[in-house]
Amino acid sequence: MSFDALRGALPGRNAWILVLDTRGINVWCAAGKGTFGTEEVIRQVEGSGLARIVAHRRLILPQLGAPGVAAHVVKQRTGFAVHYGPIRAADLPAYMDAGGRATAAMRRKDFPLAERAALVPIELIAALKPALGIAIPLFLIGGIGGPAGYWSNALRDGGFAVLALLCAVIGGALLHPLLLPWLPGRAFAVTGLCLGTAVAVALLVLRGGIGAGWPGRLEALAWLLAIPAVTAYLAMNFTGCSTYTSPSGVVREMRWAMPAQIGLAAGGLGCWIAVRVMAWGGWG
Amino acid sequence: MNRFVYLRDVVTLDLDRDRCIGCGMCLEVCPHEVLRMNGGRVEIRERDACMECGACSRNCPVSALSVRAGVGCAAAVINMILGRTDRPCCGPDDGCGDGSKRGGSCC
Repeated sequence: MSFDALRGALPGRNAWILVLDTRGINVWCAAGKGTFGTEEVIRQVEGSGLARIVAHRRLILPQLGAPGVAAHVVKQRTGFAVHYGPIRAADLPAYMDAGGRATAAMRRKDFPLAERAALVPIELIAALKPALGIAIPLFLIGGIGGPAGYWSNALRDGGFAVLALLCAVIGGALLHPLLLPWLPGRAFAVTGLCLGTAVAVALLVLRGGIGAGWPGRLEALAWLLAIPAVTAYLAMNFTGCSTYTSPSGVVREMRWAMPAQIGLAAGGLGCWIAVRVMAWGGWG
Repeated sequence: MNRFVYLRDVVTLDLDRDRCIGCGMCLEVCPHEVLRMNGGRVEIRERDACMECGACSRNCPVSALSVRAGVGCAAAVINMILGRTDRPCCGPDDGCGDGSKRGGSCC
């Protein structure tokens, strides 16, 4: 895949391409894991007999492979000097024309809207699978209590619970990646919590506000707790896809965010079940 | 200057300026312009922009830079907490994804 991107970016150029097999994993991930690494570069340089094929002793490696490759070790062991090219293959012609010099912009990894949008389908599918497993019990619990028969209750209250879950997933997996730079907060759990709260409020407003009496208030509270919890959890998981979060930072935010998310979700679920039990017992 | 900044004062990046020989390799590999050259030696320009990828320390020929590099995703941390060391990140085997679960620059 990277190989095809590289070929596509270099029309009409005469160059040798040394291929490292990362088993379909992109350069950045493979570099992090070492499959795109010093040893693999050396192995391929030696295995391909590159020293006999080309007269020069220069290798251009993608910059994002640098976490896995020690340039000075490659030079020491193979005689080939490693030069890190630009991040994007598309910048390679300009880099080569400039005599192997990359501009600051070529070296900077940003996170534009198009890249964040490309991740949305993957995020949605990954989130919807477990969400389906939660939606079914929610729907069935929704049938308990309420004014009508079990199935019409399930359809009305259980259906709304499933809708709320869906909104939380859309918030975390779709809106959060797209709106990321404009959301308040630095930690993804915080940006997710803010967004989730907005989603919960919007959902309640669109439904026509809060129901009557204490059961109504408790039910609204349930969604104001549970939706932000789910959205924040999904947002936190987006750290793995972002291009600027550090592992130390992720550990730091998770230390407080995980207990908070579990607490909020449990509180929300507790409130909602309490409303159902109250209705079932005839207090509603 | 950078629209995307993560948490403050958390990264493990460390620079020993006395060791630096000013080769500039770290400037070449850093994807977030964390470092800059000053008087023939490198200095840290914006520590909080560092994402701990480890490219600079791995490519420093005199080991002047150190950073605890690792996988920066919550899924990996959860797997670690749950003791699923066989699944260090989001992927099925050793990789950080087969492309079906996660894409982009995960891990």
